[in-house]
Amino acid sequence: MKSPRIYNRIHPTGNMFLYSFSFYLFSTIAVLSALMVISAKNSVHSVLFLILSFVNSSALFVLLGAEFLAMILVVVYVGAVAVLFLFVVMMLDINFIKLREGFLQYLPFGVLLGAVLLLELSMIFFSNRLSKVTLVEFSTKPIFSDFENTKDLGNVLYTEYFYLFQLSGLILLVAMIGSIVLTLRDRSGVKKQIIYDQVNVDTVNYIEKKKVKLREGTNV
Amino acid sequence: MSFILSEYLPILIFIFIGFGMAVGMTIIPFVIGESKPDKEKLSSYECGFEAFDDARGRFDVRFYLVAILFIIFDLEVAFLFPWAVSLGNIGIFGFWSMIIFLFFLTIGFIYEWKKGALEWE
Repeated sequence: MKSPRIYNRIHPTGNMFLYSFSFYLFSTIAVLSALMVISAKNSVHSVLFLILSFVNSSALFVLLGAEFLAMILVVVYVGAVAVLFLFVVMMLDINFIKLREGFLQYLPFGVLLGAVLLLELSMIFFSNRLSKVTLVEFSTKPIFSDFENTKDLGNVLYTEYFYLFQLSGLILLVAMIGSIVLTLRDRSGVKKQIIYDQVNVDTVNYIEKKKVKLREGTNV
Repeated sequence: MSFILSEYLPILIFIFIGFGMAVGMTIIPFVIGESKPDKEKLSSYECGFEAFDDARGRFDVRFYLVAILFIIFDLEVAFLFPWAVSLGNIGIFGFWSMIIFLFFLTIGFIYEWKKGALEWE
């Protein structure tokens, strides 16, 4: 928080204590719950800790001034993606004690992934083109203005980044069609309600009157 | 814009109140609740259902399809928010940009409707 502009933007009253307090609170819970995600025995608990981690990251976004990203994180990731994760976890009919036997086996791969991510982050952080101050601003605001984060995004997303925006729409279309093709199964022998046909049944053809004699019955 | 964090202060207070209530509601039953353990309470119900069972059962893949379709339309709505906020600045081009985006997704919507993915049977 070295830039005076950022300081003014997010510290209206100069209340540094509340800001630091909430930052340390949310980041601590985020990191701890991220640790619990990989160490919890029950994978349903893992997903719940993942949700906690998402919520805390969204609070960190709010502290950076990126309101829109915070909202999207809650709406999309917590509201939809985490629910999908829960679906997958519940669907897999597997023995979890057996699954954890090979835990250390995957450790080198996980460390490798973490190292790559750390390297990339440090390359951005120590690069000359972006000083630390502009990095913080750039991560929260696409263009430097005094609008809100949502407005900033809206001002450039649909006009300047027109092609990327349409591409994202096409990706969503492909995802939609792909999921339908993969999971939709037609079932035979299911009796559906077809309202139009049911209402328009012709009584003349469907109802037959018969005279039934006493104690004789009739064939239907 | 300079009030951003002070606008979020009530939410922070709500989080603390909510957390406190959750903790309180968990603890109070242990303190004042009456506990009469009985073997019959653990036995299966009269209708044949077990009182306690594993929640992990197989269920229909259709639930998964509904969840995925929900995510896709959720993302579509997420794109609408900044558009609605800054529609006054981006002019007619921004307006039609979104209409084209919605057109693609409407094609997908018509496809899934006609394919019967929204019907449960």
